[in-house]
Amino acid sequence: MFIVDYLKEVYGAVKSLLVGMNRTGYYFTHHKEIITQQYPDNREELNLPERFRGEVVMAHDENNEHACTGCSACELACPNGTIKIINKFDISPEGKKKKAIDTFVYHLELCTMCGLCVEACPTNAINMANTFEHSVFNRGLLTKRLNNPDSKLKAGVE
Amino acid sequence: MVEEIGKTAEGDLIINVGPQHPATHGVLHLVITLNGETIKKVEPHLGYIHRSIEKMCESLTYRQFIYCTSRMDYLSAHINNHACALTVEKGLGIEIPERAQVIRVLMDELTRIASHELWWGAMAMDLGAFTPFFHAFRERESINDIMEETCGARLTMNYMVPGGVMMDLHPNFQNRVKTFLKLYKQKIHEYDELVTGNIIFQNRMKGVGYLSKEAAISYGVTGPAARGSGVSCDIRKLYPYEIYNQLDFQEILETEGDSFARYMVRLREMNESIKIIEQLIDNIPEGDFQAKTKAVLKLPKGEFYQRVETARGELGVYIVSEGGTTPYRIKFRSPGFSNLSCLDHITRGGKIGDLIASMGTLDLVIPDIDR
Repeated sequence: MFIVDYLKEVYGAVKSLLVGMNRTGYYFTHHKEIITQQYPDNREELNLPERFRGEVVMAHDENNEHACTGCSACELACPNGTIKIINKFDISPEGKKKKAIDTFVYHLELCTMCGLCVEACPTNAINMANTFEHSVFNRGLLTKRLNNPDSKLKAGVE
Repeated sequence: MVEEIGKTAEGDLIINVGPQHPATHGVLHLVITLNGETIKKVEPHLGYIHRSIEKMCESLTYRQFIYCTSRMDYLSAHINNHACALTVEKGLGIEIPERAQVIRVLMDELTRIASHELWWGAMAMDLGAFTPFFHAFRERESINDIMEETCGARLTMNYMVPGGVMMDLHPNFQNRVKTFLKLYKQKIHEYDELVTGNIIFQNRMKGVGYLSKEAAISYGVTGPAARGSGVSCDIRKLYPYEIYNQLDFQEILETEGDSFARYMVRLREMNESIKIIEQLIDNIPEGDFQAKTKAVLKLPKGEFYQRVETARGELGVYIVSEGGTTPYRIKFRSPGFSNLSCLDHITRGGKIGDLIASMGTLDLVIPDIDR
């Protein structure tokens, strides 16, 4: 019965190959099932989910006001030393000193987009943007200042 | 046969595979001693991607160090983070809400499927078949989309935090997962048609890379690689964490111990993960997604250990605390390192053509080995 087993094996082998080829051929003729997207071409319709963690940004409203009190919680939460907050003291009309941020330095080149700073922020001043194309020719461009020039702390945020 | 390192018998040939080689899936360097076509010895050289994550963790706080561990076994990043979060929670003695537990298990199982999908594609690619890689990535992509929507990142999620998860599930999560389950069930037969049943594949896998039960235990092999040899070592079953003891799933065991058995374990394990997800996806309890924790976490003085089942095997996280905000010492028992150690055993005496196939079934992730 050796010859029967041998023929069975050959039949099984040829069949398995044909089954596989059939699957490949199926996708060869069914173009609608192809889901590959060509990246730089699909930039227009590329929708990233809102939670996608790109770079850290600070939201400013129409009066050029932000919600950052300069508490440094994000600076302490960051594992990589990405954030550096430089504070200044504003003198209010009553003559009292009040702490405010002078510069919010953000080193994009050190950032791993872990989101711990956003988690730590008590006033929701910073959030993560949906951008992901961060390549630049000059490394210095990656060190960013997040607060706009002449921006102020929103009233009522402590 | 004991040989001195660097000394070879006459007529032997030494071949370097790697450190930069497409089939080693990373920077693994293998020094192979050959006699003709027969392998006499395989000697892995490590350290090309060593980033001293363990040492780095010592200077980070208990919230911060978790993100590092995503970079170890990047294909099961969620499960690594999960292990660290569990260890810290053990030290703090906090109870985490049920909703967070269910979310964690769901994410773990999705990660496991994604990891096995990638392994399946890479495995077939190691044997010269390129098409399966794209088929595997199609399903994996939909998992990555789910991750991206809920966690905010595709690969290094950093979603598990001590006390629960970072943010609540996205409103679309359940629908997306159900769509994925439907897609997966429609397409899973293609895996068998393309690769499993293929005669060439079977001939190259069956009876090759034999790992006996005793050897698997003595080398400390865990995960699907050991379960292919009949070693019952699923941490989810043996030492259940989170809600795994309430779930209905099987520990997949194959007894042949060859490459094909290890392959089948992973394929069948994906179906078990699907089963777990199906049980949970409609029963996510309401409630908090994070327990209340202090702003600065301080573990009491002592030693804490927790193990979990990653897609590759047993991951152990060992923290020694001096009572401060940073750990005194962290040690990871990574599955990849132990699984690699049996590579010499399973390939010795075999042909060099089978080396890559046997190595593929161990599912090595090199950054996990070097850390």
